[in-house]
Amino acid sequence: MNELLKNLTEAVGVSGDEKEVRLLIRDLIAKHVDEWHVDTMGNLIALKKGTGASDLCVLVDAHMDEVGLMVVDYDSNGTLKFEGVGGFDNRALLGKPVQVGPKKLAGVIGARPIHLLKASQRNSVVKMDAMRIDIGAKDKDAAKSKVKVGDRAAFVTEYEEIGPTAIGKAFDNRAGCAALVELLQAEPYPFDLYATFTVQEEVGLRGAEVVAYGIKPDAAFILESTPAYDMPTKDDVSPNVALGKGPSIYVMDRGTIQDPRLVSFITKTAVAHNIPFQIRQPGGGGTNTSAIQRTGSGIPAATIAVPGRYAHTPAMMINLDDYANVVKLAETVLRNLTPDTVKRNA
Amino acid sequence: MNELIKKLTEAYGPSGFEDGMRDLIRPEIEPYVDEISVDAMGNLIAVKKGDGSGLKVMLAAHMDEIGVMVSHVTKEGFLRFTNIGGVYPHTLMGGRVQFANGTIGVVHSDRLTDRGKIHPLNKFFIDVGATSREDCPVGVGDAAGFVRPFIAQGSRLTAKSMDDRIGCVVAIEAMKKLASTPHDVYCVFSVQEEVGTRGAMVSANGISPDVGIALDVTGVGDVPEARPMDVSLGKGAAIKVKDAGMIAHVGLVKVMKQRAEEANIPYQLEVLEGGSTDARSIQISNAGSAAGCISIPCRYVHSPSETVDARDVEASINLLVEILSKPIAL
Ligand SMILES: [Zn+2]
Ligand SMILES: [Zn+2]
Repeated sequence: MNELLKNLTEAVGVSGDEKEVRLLIRDLIAKHVDEWHVDTMGNLIALKKGTGASDLCVLVDAHMDEVGLMVVDYDSNGTLKFEGVGGFDNRALLGKPVQVGPKKLAGVIGARPIHLLKASQRNSVVKMDAMRIDIGAKDKDAAKSKVKVGDRAAFVTEYEEIGPTAIGKAFDNRAGCAALVELLQAEPYPFDLYATFTVQEEVGLRGAEVVAYGIKPDAAFILESTPAYDMPTKDDVSPNVALGKGPSIYVMDRGTIQDPRLVSFITKTAVAHNIPFQIRQPGGGGTNTSAIQRTGSGIPAATIAVPGRYAHTPAMMINLDDYANVVKLAETVLRNLTPDTVKRNA
Repeated sequence: MNELIKKLTEAYGPSGFEDGMRDLIRPEIEPYVDEISVDAMGNLIAVKKGDGSGLKVMLAAHMDEIGVMVSHVTKEGFLRFTNIGGVYPHTLMGGRVQFANGTIGVVHSDRLTDRGKIHPLNKFFIDVGATSREDCPVGVGDAAGFVRPFIAQGSRLTAKSMDDRIGCVVAIEAMKKLASTPHDVYCVFSVQEEVGTRGAMVSANGISPDVGIALDVTGVGDVPEARPMDVSLGKGAAIKVKDAGMIAHVGLVKVMKQRAEEANIPYQLEVLEGGSTDARSIQISNAGSAAGCISIPCRYVHSPSETVDARDVEASINLLVEILSKPIAL
């Protein structure tokens, strides 16, 4: 059992309230870094000093937050109205258990049972404002005494492994966090390595917008979990990425055109070290890379991701070999990165 | 000058893949500036020093062009693709694209069931003459630009990527003509404008200019059934007052008009309802700057036959030289 993935995915850190995850990560890395601090937004920033062999400065980022819900009001019957924190498909919510507030009260997103559904209701999607979280409170006052407006709710999914596959919540992006923790626990790199565990990615890359300002690195790598959609289809179309085919390398998404020099360095490194990889289908989506790439006068940046099925639902699935290969690829890339890959001759 | 326009417009350089463009532009600008550098994102920054009495002025002409990127290769070797920047499906049918490795592709779409309607982008494909996934010379993640030769017909000049290679030409020619200037002029050939003025944002952060002037194309209202717009081909340089992303600095607009009038340079005022330019990023970078734009009126923007008028190009160059050679009082 991968304890690191288990502990990180079972921790709760809905965007804007990442403290539990931050403390967990802090304790995992503190011994392995030279300095760490938490900035005003809650980003955890750590410096692992290099051997001095290279004068590069490199940043590696992973966002700590996960999508979740926020309580916005009470109903007279004691159920809780809520809004999404981050993006959801409403169909993934009904009938799911959740943990509410700092005390992690058990609750469930109630659903009308099929016995009571009219034919037309069976074919329509329930809107979020018609859903309620039920914490078993008997009335509004009982609910108020247990939960405050503004409390967040997260999914409840125990981490499990089935062969090469892991099931859990929030692999987006605890898989990236776990990989970054492993990178920090390894031997020092030739250069100073800044690790940033960022907040509020799921609501618009907000932590990443500020995190790189003071650092001014020569290059940045962003570790993520990217949604895999690799179900069988009749049409001749590519899966965007597939489980088990290796780390996914970004070339372009809605927010970023990755630095082509870094993309080619990553793919060449993978080939040279026999690490499988796949090019993530270009198109939609977005990561912290766009905010970090355009910090200050610009930072060459690229993204390496663990493919994950069922992102932004209560239960995601990743392949553990993909995860291990992301760690291996990222570490190999860092150990082989030289100034001529990222510096431009004026 | 047509030779330079031909050279720059026919070259490959979709957003994010401007290395070749930078190599083409660098020797054209280098003799006329004091310093030259490339920043982290790939912006080429050429600096001409002033006499110390003026301002820090940043010019931005973007090197990148719209294009496409392969998202899937079919069993039979056809390429599905996504857009880089504002690519309109109706401009694609029968067109040609070129990849960085020189591979040329023909663009077509799935069979049309209703000839009055065009398919969305995901039903278009590129044929590079491959017969299978295995013998296909390009793959997922490879970027292509459009292919179309430059033509000059009277004063009308037509090419793909006039947006914004003609702005690059204006910048180069103005720096050539600019004998002396009170200002430190940072002439930036920017990257990734077409995907959201991303390059100019970081170059402006690095430079922190007092004044920012983008050099880019703008739409016109002088073709049949055009959306009403008071800019026409051949009527002079367009001084931007407003577009969808920016309201130009009022003082800078005034200076531009004044310089044009003093020097008898034909100009028109531009109010563009859709789209924006690098000036938008420059205006709000760091602590902000006085930003404006000299636009070259252009027909058929974001099609393979973007058309400008040589007289407007000339006027834009002259206007820029006038602005840069005199003090800018805001
Ligand atoms: Zn994520
Ligand atoms: Zn343009």
